[in-house]
Amino acid sequence: MNVILDNFSLYRDGFLQTLKICALAAVGALVLGTVVAGFRVSPVPPLRWVGTAWVTVFRNCPLTVVLFFCAFGLPEIGVNGAYFWFGVTGLVLYTSAFVCEAVRAGVNSVPAGQAEAARAVGLTFGQSLTSVVLPQALRTVVPPLGSVIIAMIKNSAIVGAFGVGGDLFAVGDTLTSARGEAALPVLTGVVLGYLAITIPGGLLLGLLERKVAIAR
Amino acid sequence: MTTSVLYDAPGPRTRRRTLVGSVLAGLLVVAVLAVVGSRLDEKGQFSAEKWDPLVNPSSDTFDQVWNLLGGALVNTLVAAALAMAFSLVIGTLLAVLRITASRWYRWLVVGFIELFRGVPVVISIFFAARVLPTLGVDLDNLWFLVIGLTVYNSVIIAEIVRAGVNSLPTGQREAAESLGLRRAQVLGLVLLPQAFRAMLPALISQLVVVLKDTSLGFIISYEETVRTAGIIIQNLGNPIQVYLVVAALFIAVNYGVSRLAVYVERRLSRGKKAAATLSATDPAGAGAGGGG
Repeated sequence: MNVILDNFSLYRDGFLQTLKICALAAVGALVLGTVVAGFRVSPVPPLRWVGTAWVTVFRNCPLTVVLFFCAFGLPEIGVNGAYFWFGVTGLVLYTSAFVCEAVRAGVNSVPAGQAEAARAVGLTFGQSLTSVVLPQALRTVVPPLGSVIIAMIKNSAIVGAFGVGGDLFAVGDTLTSARGEAALPVLTGVVLGYLAITIPGGLLLGLLERKVAIAR
Repeated sequence: MTTSVLYDAPGPRTRRRTLVGSVLAGLLVVAVLAVVGSRLDEKGQFSAEKWDPLVNPSSDTFDQVWNLLGGALVNTLVAAALAMAFSLVIGTLLAVLRITASRWYRWLVVGFIELFRGVPVVISIFFAARVLPTLGVDLDNLWFLVIGLTVYNSVIIAEIVRAGVNSLPTGQREAAESLGLRRAQVLGLVLLPQAFRAMLPALISQLVVVLKDTSLGFIISYEETVRTAGIIIQNLGNPIQVYLVVAALFIAVNYGVSRLAVYVERRLSRGKKAAATLSATDPAGAGAGGGG
C-alpha cells in the first residue's frame, strides 16, 4: 500500500479533478435535462419531437460513442476547445437524457386532479406550475435524480479513460502503465477514491429520500 | 398525452398560439440543422470519399469495413450475453443470500453489495484486466470484459431481484409457510418465480446498460464495436461517418430492447388487471387506453 502513500498528492489531485468534472457536468446536465424535459411536456409538437429524439439518441448510445462524437464532431462544426471541455460536454449530453426522464416522470406523477383543482380556483398556468405542480413533482424527482447523478459520477471515470487528464482513472492508468507500479495496490487506491464519493452520496440520498417521502 | 397535468384542453386562441409556436420552433430546428449541415459540408464531411466505404457497395473497402463491423457487433453481443447470463446467476444467488442471511453475517453480504455498487464499471473492467494477470489468471480480453461487467451488474441485479421479492404481498410468503414448505422451497417455488415475473421489465432494461457498457471493452483492447470503429478510422480517416454508423447500430439494438421491456411491462400489468377484475373487459380497447 506504500504506492498510495508515496503518490498521495497525485491521488489527491486526481480526486479533486474527478470532483471538478462531476460538479461541472452535474450542473450542466441538470439544467439541460430540465430544459429537454420542458420540451417533452410542452404543447408545441416540434419541441416534443426534439425532446423525444434527444432522449432516444442519448439514452441508447454508449457514453464512449458520445464522447468520440464530441472529440471528433464538435471541431468540425466550428466548436473548438480543450479536450477537458469535450469530455465534460459528452458527459452533460449523455446524463441530460436521464435527468430529462426523471424530471418528466416526476411531473407526470402529480395527479391530474391537482392541476385541475389549481385551475378551478383560478390560478394561472405559471401559478399552478410553481405553487402546485412543481413542489409536488420535485419530491418524487429527488430520489431518481440522485441516482442519476451518482451514476454520472461513476461515468466520469469513462471521461477519464479518454485521457482528459488528471482524474482518478488517469492516475491509476499512469501509475500502472507508465510507471509500472503493481496494479493491485494502485487500483485499490483508485477504487477507494471513487467509493469515497459514491458511498457517502448513496447514504445522503437515502436520508434525503426518507425526508422527502410522501404518502400518496 | 391528451390529458396532461400541466394544461387544459386548448381553446381556439391557444390552438392558434400553439400553431405559431410550432412553426417558429420548427424553423429554429431546421435552421440549427442547416447551420450544422453547412459547416460539415464546408469541411467536406459529405464527400463520397468519406461515405463510400460505408454506404456504397461498389467501393473496394465496403466489404472489408462491413465484415469488420459485423464481426465486432457479434463480439459486442457475445460479451453482453455472457455478462448478462453470469450476472443473472450470481445476482440471484446474492439476492437469496441477502434475504436468507442470518443477522451475524448479513452485514457482510450487504457490505459486499454496497461496495461493488459504488465502483464505476470502467474501473472494475480495468481492474480485472490489470490485476488478474498479475495474479496468474491468464485469459482472453473477452473474459476480462465479462468479469468486469459481471462484478458490477450482478450486484445491480441482486438489488432488482430483492426489490422484486419485497414487492410481493406478505400473504404469499405466509401462505407458503403455512403449507409447511421449507425456507428454500418458499423462496424457490413461490417468491422468486413471482419476483422474476414482476421484475422482468427492469431486468430487460438492465440488458441495455450491459450492451452499452460492453463498449468499454475498447479500453482493454477487446475487439468490440467501438474499438473496431477506431481501427477502421485509423485506416480511412472518417471518424464522424464511422461513429455515426456505430451510434445507429447501438441505438437500433438498444431501442429494440427497451421497446421489448415496455411491451413486457404492458403485458404484465394487463395480466394483473385482468386477474383483478376477473373479467375480460373490452379486448378492442387496448389501443384507446394506451397513454404513456
